[in-house]
Amino acid sequence: MNAFLADYLPIALFFVVAGALGGAMAVAAWLVAPQRPDPEKLSAYECGFAPFDDARGRFDVRFYLVAILFIIFDLEIAFLFPWAIALGDIGLYGFGSMMVFLALLTVGFVYEWRKGALEWE
Amino acid sequence: MLDAVLTVLQVTALILLVVVPLLLCVAYLTLAERKILAAAHRRRGPNVVGPFGLLQPFADGLKMLAKETVIPSRANRVVFVLAPVVTFTLSLAAWAVIPVSERVVLADINVGVLYLFAISSLAVYGIIMAGWASNSKYPFLGALRSAAQMVSYEVSIGFVIVTVVLCAGSLNLTEIVRAQEKIWYVVPLLPMAVVFFISSLAETNRAPFDLPEDEAALVAGYATEYSSMLFTMFFLGEYASMILMSAMGTILFLGGWLPLPGTAALALPGFVWFALKTAFLLFLFLWVRATLPRYRYDQLMRIGWKVFLPLSLAWVVLTAGALVAFDALPGGK
Repeated sequence: MNAFLADYLPIALFFVVAGALGGAMAVAAWLVAPQRPDPEKLSAYECGFAPFDDARGRFDVRFYLVAILFIIFDLEIAFLFPWAIALGDIGLYGFGSMMVFLALLTVGFVYEWRKGALEWE
Repeated sequence: MLDAVLTVLQVTALILLVVVPLLLCVAYLTLAERKILAAAHRRRGPNVVGPFGLLQPFADGLKMLAKETVIPSRANRVVFVLAPVVTFTLSLAAWAVIPVSERVVLADINVGVLYLFAISSLAVYGIIMAGWASNSKYPFLGALRSAAQMVSYEVSIGFVIVTVVLCAGSLNLTEIVRAQEKIWYVVPLLPMAVVFFISSLAETNRAPFDLPEDEAALVAGYATEYSSMLFTMFFLGEYASMILMSAMGTILFLGGWLPLPGTAALALPGFVWFALKTAFLLFLFLWVRATLPRYRYDQLMRIGWKVFLPLSLAWVVLTAGALVAFDALPGGK
């Protein structure tokens, strides 16, 4: 195993240990505590009503919009990380290129702001 | 082969050395929260179980263990059980890269910041899974709100981290702390430190941004249908990510394990400083909860997208511009 992967071995093992701990806790409660299910207890909570219908109905499109905006800006951040590290080596040219890129994104951001995509009333 | 097994056992022992104290910290953070809120209300807080209520977290834990695991009849059973396990696992796994002192870190990877950022992004999945699998209206709406809130503030956290990375010139957390030996980044990047702290409140769904758990509107949000240990895992996950965000704040802005300027004579070990700074940030989390009323959802989204995002984006440009103009970039030729 090379040194690069050896760095990541503890992380992989950490996931295994943490996942096992989580699984053990879930199973422990199920084994220790008495299980007495009945139809009322198992029905979905709806302020005392019997649930009317399936809960997975339509929801506000703005959540979808937020997700799209998030993807755009998160990608932008993914581009910024290597740029931030390398800025000392790429000099003014690298700085200028990123400023042009950020300016383009800002234009898009101003547009969506003016269009009201960020409004929640 | 034997070597490999020994390595794995050794690493597992080290992992337990991180996880067990972490879970103890989580347990006592719940007690600290109740004590601090009580002090803010001029009450006593838990004081019956053990001296000063010090055994209260364990009593709570045992009580939760003895409760029935209710899985709603219309839920997706597998995803329903998996959701809290995912949340819990992720909130622990992030600790693999946190340097609590010089060279005291489990995995000193060269992209530590990126790893933390990735893990905190994945936390959304546990909540979305819970809301979807419950097949109940309140958890569904709570999960949607929570997810939208977390991704909104994650964007500004990303920009804040970029400003720190620009100054430090490395994605390695140990290097970032070392770069602060001259001055902690909270001084030159103060506005970003504030944005980071407020965003981490929103990212961990804490007051005043605890809308996903707004009991007047959404009962208990995405955790409404959960009981017993499954609920406890969400709860532990939330507190573990609070400690994680405070530790991140400590590393990025408060100089990690470095001593306060002027106190080098005390010669306290590094991890004590790290713990003190993290505890200070955690106290701020609780103090904010005791002080501020809850935000409305539209206010929350407005601050995230219309204030923090432009501010942090502008600060990235400003920081980069200043570093280039004064030829102060780290690592350059």
